[in-house]
Amino acid sequence: MSIELHNVSKQFGGVAAVKNVSFSVEDGELVALLGPSGGGKTTVLRMIAGLEMPTEGDIFIRQERVNDVSVQKRNIGFVFQNYALFQNMSVFKNIAFGLKVKKWKRADIETRVAELLELLELKGYEKRYPHQLSGGQRQRIAIARALAPKPNVLLLDEPFGAVDAKIRQELREWLVHLHHDLNVTTLFVTHDQEEAMEVSDRIVIFSQGNLEQVGSPREVYEQPRNEFVARFIGVMNVLECEVRNDMARLNELEFPSHGFKEGEKIRIGFRPYSVQLSPDLGAFRYKAILRHTYFLGIMLRLELELPSGLILRSRMTKEEYAKLELRDGRQVSFQIRQYRVLGTNGDTLAPEVAVTHDLSANLGEGI
Amino acid sequence: MNLKKKYKELISKSDRSTRENPFVKWLLILIAMAFAAVFLLLPIINVFAQAFSKGFGAYANALAQPDTVAAIKLTLIVAAISVPLNVLFGIAASWCLAKFEFRGKAILLTFIDLPFSVSPVVAGLMFVLLFGANGLLGPWLQAHDIKVIFALPGIVLATIFVTFPFVARELIPVMQAAGSSQEQAAMTLGASGWKTFWHVTLPSIKWGLIYGVILCNARAMGEFGAVFVVSGHIRGQTDTVPLHVETLYQEVDPAAPFAVASLLAFLALITLALKAWLEWRTERHHEAAQHPPELPLVVDTSHDTERFARGRA
Repeated sequence: MSIELHNVSKQFGGVAAVKNVSFSVEDGELVALLGPSGGGKTTVLRMIAGLEMPTEGDIFIRQERVNDVSVQKRNIGFVFQNYALFQNMSVFKNIAFGLKVKKWKRADIETRVAELLELLELKGYEKRYPHQLSGGQRQRIAIARALAPKPNVLLLDEPFGAVDAKIRQELREWLVHLHHDLNVTTLFVTHDQEEAMEVSDRIVIFSQGNLEQVGSPREVYEQPRNEFVARFIGVMNVLECEVRNDMARLNELEFPSHGFKEGEKIRIGFRPYSVQLSPDLGAFRYKAILRHTYFLGIMLRLELELPSGLILRSRMTKEEYAKLELRDGRQVSFQIRQYRVLGTNGDTLAPEVAVTHDLSANLGEGI
Repeated sequence: MNLKKKYKELISKSDRSTRENPFVKWLLILIAMAFAAVFLLLPIINVFAQAFSKGFGAYANALAQPDTVAAIKLTLIVAAISVPLNVLFGIAASWCLAKFEFRGKAILLTFIDLPFSVSPVVAGLMFVLLFGANGLLGPWLQAHDIKVIFALPGIVLATIFVTFPFVARELIPVMQAAGSSQEQAAMTLGASGWKTFWHVTLPSIKWGLIYGVILCNARAMGEFGAVFVVSGHIRGQTDTVPLHVETLYQEVDPAAPFAVASLLAFLALITLALKAWLEWRTERHHEAAQHPPELPLVVDTSHDTERFARGRA
């Protein structure tokens, strides 16, 4: 176990920024701390680094309790959101700073810096100053500087926040490769769920200081523990239904739901890919009009309007769309293959209640 | 590059259409220049003209008088004590104001500005009322045979008071702009507080600090009012250079006060030159930071130029 948090809370003044958070990170894992801004994810990262002190709870790095260990002694590498490169130092001196402070020998420093410049594809830039570099180069220098003293963990705060969209994509892939090569335990903060899904082994999801769910990208996508996670990760149709005769109903839609009181209000959620369409009006139980098709590249998102006025979202590939000969304004029939009960009257459900209901015979298509 | 040229042409064209009548422009420039010449340049020239009116020998002789030498020494000692103390205070104050949030922050900021709004004579009087023979601490100081008023400590205190804001005022905006993430980065890399300050903070505030020190020093050496009140104005003992000029002016030799005054004028000119040089330097530095020079090693700037083109289209 590389990093462990036990019931960690943090208060700023009277405001609780992080509330009773516990999770652990294995050696060599690449983990995303994900959540909307103000969710407490950056505070958690800074507490692990030692830049903030937890109000309550314990933090362990490699089995050692580090609550009372100063930031200087934790041996972590931290990459700041704005990089925080030393403006008055050259690239070489920036990377060498941590080694100099730790009193490495001159020759060893030179070897290590050269090694990192090679690894980060920045050879020949030793004598440049930060203001002479592009955003992406600055970030790589910041990572090289953090990695130089061989830290136990690498912590990155919004690593792709300050670069434009095209470079962002390259940097994501680059981070995955770097992590693969170095195998250093890495935590990074992001508010972009797509980025978290794409890059990380596991995702820790925060909202308003609470830890909502920890799991692999697939787990949090397919088995969201509550409505917040379901809505935050990917797109989901969420319907407020009323239970009658073990059926959750909203307008013409019905979902078999056992174990709820008669008249209870529950929320049903399903992913767009669970909505299966057919141009043959007799094929499925429900009818709708295809209102609009959004082209997202290889995938298309479709907006369906039910006779009662309810709007649902579906999703399919370009090929499927062509095969079904769909067009905007066309009448279709559809069924909902998979759905989840997300909660009752604002409460989220315990994980054992929030199981996925499977209605279709042939599954296995996955995401 | 072509685009940039075109852009510049466009700017200059639009400039022309909104430009003032050339007559008005030249009239304003003439007024400003004439004003500066009469009120600023002429007096300085006059100081030097009067100082050298009886030849270089008389000038050198006037400066070599024992009282004058004593005044120069005293001024240098006062500056040598008060400027470093204000540097320490300035760094500490601007550090806590720029990097921490605390109660009473606004009050501290106001206190730093206080010497700017208090007349130096009043400032001097405050110290006399506090440390003088009939002052609050006077009897106690007398009992322990410590001289503050009419002695070096009083002069230093008064000088520190009036030069108090210069360093802090220069550093606060510089520190605020730098933020604290560079320091935090140094700490995560294992640097102690002292190492962080020495290698990261100090270099980033270096130029602001030098600027503040130059202004602080000029004021410390030139202060008259506050020092006049606390020093007692004793010739050859507690006269600083500005006070000594005044003493000499009351006497017969017309060239002597101007000779000593020319020293202060020199100081002013050197300060001005250094200030101008520093401003020019920081400006150039800023420009370099905003427009990195063309570098042979930059990987790919093609889409940057593309964006530039699109932005202008």
